[in-house]
Amino acid sequence: MNTPKKWEKNWFEPLALSEKNSEVLAPQKGYWKDAWIRFKSNKGALIGLILIVLLLLIAFIGPLFNEHNYHSQNLTITNQESSGDHYLGTDSLGRDLWQRVWYGAKVSLLIAFIAAFLDVVIGVTFGGISGYFGGRVDAIMQRILEIMYSIPNLVIIILLMMYLEPGVLPIAVALSFTGWVPMARIVRAQILKLKTQEYVLAARTMGASHYRILFKHLIPNVMGPIIIAVTFSIPSAIFFEAFLSFIGLGLRPPSASLGILVSDGYRTLQLFPFQLFWPALVLCIIMLSFNLIGDGMRDALDPKMKK
Amino acid sequence: MLRYTLKRFGLMLLTLFIIVTVTFFLVRMLPGTPLANEEKLPAEIREQILEQYGLKEPLSIQYVKFMGNLVQGDLGMSLSQNGRSVNELLSDRIGPSAFIGFQGIIFGLVVGLLLGIIAALRRGTWIDNVASATAVFGVSIPNFVLAGLLSYWIGVKFELLPPALWGGYEYTILPSLALSVYVIAQVSRYIRTEMVEVLEQDYIRTAKAKGLSWSKIITGHALRNAMIPAVTILGPLTVNILTGSLVVENIFGIPGIGNLFVDSIMVNDYTTVLGTTIFYSVLFLSVTFIVDVLYGVIDPRIRVSGAKE
Repeated sequence: MNTPKKWEKNWFEPLALSEKNSEVLAPQKGYWKDAWIRFKSNKGALIGLILIVLLLLIAFIGPLFNEHNYHSQNLTITNQESSGDHYLGTDSLGRDLWQRVWYGAKVSLLIAFIAAFLDVVIGVTFGGISGYFGGRVDAIMQRILEIMYSIPNLVIIILLMMYLEPGVLPIAVALSFTGWVPMARIVRAQILKLKTQEYVLAARTMGASHYRILFKHLIPNVMGPIIIAVTFSIPSAIFFEAFLSFIGLGLRPPSASLGILVSDGYRTLQLFPFQLFWPALVLCIIMLSFNLIGDGMRDALDPKMKK
Repeated sequence: MLRYTLKRFGLMLLTLFIIVTVTFFLVRMLPGTPLANEEKLPAEIREQILEQYGLKEPLSIQYVKFMGNLVQGDLGMSLSQNGRSVNELLSDRIGPSAFIGFQGIIFGLVVGLLLGIIAALRRGTWIDNVASATAVFGVSIPNFVLAGLLSYWIGVKFELLPPALWGGYEYTILPSLALSVYVIAQVSRYIRTEMVEVLEQDYIRTAKAKGLSWSKIITGHALRNAMIPAVTILGPLTVNILTGSLVVENIFGIPGIGNLFVDSIMVNDYTTVLGTTIFYSVLFLSVTFIVDVLYGVIDPRIRVSGAKE
């Protein structure tokens, strides 16, 4: 133990009020502002965000830089290396790879966003209803969820794709056919936890309808986990889209997605590896960015969740 | 515990039944017929072939017959490979698939476990950074891209290992490696998070205070508790290996089940598609079932609530 210091007289004199010693009331930060500050402090997440913004910018502006388009074939200039005219070279049909890569990136992202949107709509509704009403409704919906969860999604997606006409929307629908299940599980678990809170009781006492309580009171409080789940469902949708294209169930030519470009690149891998390299690189950057952002979001929005 | 296990088992059978039924009808509604060169065949021969394979009967009869055979473990005749049964095809193809799959998952588990433990013990050092970078890159690089890069660089450029095809042991290394990266990423990340959490628990301090050796604390106390939640990712990992095997087998030209599945989709070989789907579903469902039951054994709290949430 330290021996107490000898006291000094001025310790007990009242201080004059001043800027320095007045109590500082920090402005209260809202949930989202707080989350943004935490997100910013995560270097990886910030890099991911910058990468994805840059990539989107190039995907939209880049194609304006040269005169070509993604579908015109020119058989006199097939398989060229990159040049001042064709920045990334041309493919086996003489199509400009720069144009095709950015077109493909946009298509892949579009499919992923639609799929993620469908996941949210179906997953939140299903999970919300199941968790909110509980009892027998929950029991039945849980069984459905368990069955859906244990079906290998890949098999179902492949079978659906064989049945549907390949296109942006059908692919997105096939992806969200099983994609909403994790979302529903997350939302249900959260709603189960939240529905016993006082504000729900208050709303019910004031005569709010079930619909209003669920969608105006409960769901906004589950936004954090929903956003995290969406951020992770986007790269997974991009992966599955590319995967489908790879095994020949994706979009039809001349349309392109990153998956189509990668699988086209495989055919000429031995001779022209650059045709695989560029689309694969963009694909990896997109997946990496979203995964990084997702990690950042998870830390920022839900500090307690450890998975 | 028994009740819980039985309940899970019942649900598994129900799920399997639904999958088989849905797949059966989906496959039959596919555009195109399984007959090659259909236009060239005279009508009566075509009829005869369809008759022989039982494709002329009403769909409901076909379904009942199929289910009857399935219960006896008979998946029917392949429509594309002359006179061979689906069971035969599957048993021919399972060797390579199982080998690269198991090798990939075991390699991934070992490396992932080590990486995760070291990262958790040396938090904030360069090795931790390497581990978290591996975790992010591992889930971000699709396995079909990785397989191509490995095949091109190690196989073609440096000629260290065969770039494709199926022969001796050296042919299995690259495919397994391509499959294992995702496993490494997931396992190391999971184990690291759990280890960090566990290492801060009071019982670790108690163990330390008792004077236990550091290695005993890690293996006996920390790792055992960190592994429990990690068991749950075995299911998703199996799915990933299955998905991956479809493309990886295609890229490396391995005569496995993944390759068979993709090929039979292309040629509308109904019975083989159906058989492979059932095979995959059974495999996946058994893994989930085992993981669920195992989880109940390890963590008694699960049994009481009966659900993971």
